[in-house]
Amino acid sequence: MEETTQRFVANHVRGLPRSGIRDFFELVSQMTGVISLGIGEPDFVTPWHIREAAIFALEKGKTSYTSNLGLPKLRRAISSYVDKHFAVTYSSEQEVLVTVGVSEALDIALRAFINPGEKVLYHEPCYVSYSPTIALAYGVPVPVQTVAKDSFALDPERLEAAWTPGCKVLILNFPTNPTGGVIDRAKLERIARFAKEKDLLVISDEIYSELTFDGGHTSIASLPGMRDRTIFLHGFSKAFAMTGFRIGYACGPAVLIEAMMKIHQYSMLCAPILSQEAACEALEHGEESVARMREQYHRRRDFFVRRLNEMGLPCHLPGGTFYAFPSIAGTGRSEKNFAVELLKTTKVAVVPGTAFGAGGQGFVRCCFATSYDLLIEAADRMENFLQKAAPCHV
Amino acid sequence: MNEVLKMLLDGENLSPEQMSEVLGIPLVKVEAELKELEAKGILLGWRPVISPNADVENLVRAVIEVRITPERGGGFNRHAERISRFEEVESCYLMSGGYDLLVIARGQTLHQVAAFVSERLSTIEGVLSTSTHFLLRSYKEQGYLLEQEGRERSRPDITP
Repeated sequence: MEETTQRFVANHVRGLPRSGIRDFFELVSQMTGVISLGIGEPDFVTPWHIREAAIFALEKGKTSYTSNLGLPKLRRAISSYVDKHFAVTYSSEQEVLVTVGVSEALDIALRAFINPGEKVLYHEPCYVSYSPTIALAYGVPVPVQTVAKDSFALDPERLEAAWTPGCKVLILNFPTNPTGGVIDRAKLERIARFAKEKDLLVISDEIYSELTFDGGHTSIASLPGMRDRTIFLHGFSKAFAMTGFRIGYACGPAVLIEAMMKIHQYSMLCAPILSQEAACEALEHGEESVARMREQYHRRRDFFVRRLNEMGLPCHLPGGTFYAFPSIAGTGRSEKNFAVELLKTTKVAVVPGTAFGAGGQGFVRCCFATSYDLLIEAADRMENFLQKAAPCHV
Repeated sequence: MNEVLKMLLDGENLSPEQMSEVLGIPLVKVEAELKELEAKGILLGWRPVISPNADVENLVRAVIEVRITPERGGGFNRHAERISRFEEVESCYLMSGGYDLLVIARGQTLHQVAAFVSERLSTIEGVLSTSTHFLLRSYKEQGYLLEQEGRERSRPDITP
């Protein structure tokens, strides 16, 4: 029955691989008492003043649609926030689009700019949705590997080598989920020159930019000549711990934002008004909470990465995000086997690196945005696991 | 700022052993830093935070507004220090506004606190008046919410 019913599923969806995270999720969900380092979000609730603003909006009866682009006051706040923190100026009336998370923004951007068969360059390991979203927009994914030796920054030479005629878009995501990789200005400038030379449109997902620990964050959109060929994507999920609000935004030249808007208005209409109201509060009064969270993640990073290295899982120091991406190659296990056995014997959940693309082979992702006592306990259990478990050579 | 003090101010609630782990410095060093903070009078001490709503110790607390006559030379200090010495007094602050001292007093019974106010506090020379408010219920105690937010597991253990 299932076989025959399959005929209703579109070919390009049928061909889409299941997310590697889903298999693992199902295994974890059967267990209790798990310390999870497997989440892709902070283990903290949204700051109270933001939640309170959402409740207030609900009490005031703000339950309607908004303008397709988003609430004008939110777009104004976004425009000045981006100007202040990223040094790029966008008109709040025509160049800012509020979306349902960065995921929607990426999806509609790819659908708006890709003709069937056009190629999209992106760096890997990367967020799980990049390759499938490109495929769903009938584009051809062209991954470029980033490696531990470069602390998972994108090497411009590898990018140039991966380019072939027909490449139209380059997706960047720094700091990177899952590696915590960041990119320095010199490399970014070289990538910008390359984008101009090859006439690439850049989609830059900067959702983790506030969580940059050492030195500042540079947006590629702020480099000379890049504003007009860059779609800047950002959101509230990570810096403000607002994942469940599902709210993000895209900024770019008016013509490109208008093209994305066409898809957004027919598919999504607008982002939920309560989330937009909460986002206004986050931008207006949230900077202090962000600074506090960043400091807390910074200390957790230093602690956890030190422990990983001490216990024999080599890990580069992630320059941003709340993820450590240690190599488990030395254990003699595959990343899947490592994650499954670690979970079964110690009840600590980490995510196998291959969930984030082939480049994640030999690595696991550990989220350190959790409380110290859990983090210490998880590190102790992992160390114990490494000492006790005889490596199995598969 | 001293890293140990910073962790204390963050309210992270870590034991010295855990602080030593997190900061990556030896336990003896953390302990030395804590001793130094105590010696400097920055860290006054450690005590458990017990829910005022719990039945365990039958605790009655009152907030007392006290008006006093300041003295030439000493201002409010001598009176305030004198009042602070009573063991019923948990905290004592000099305030701006309609009264001078805010005193938080505690006792085993309502009667005990009332007796402290009428027999001890208000009879001190220089105390002009007292106004006592008994605490009925606590919602947040020294940073701890008494109604814990639901730790309902709606969040999956693995997310992208």
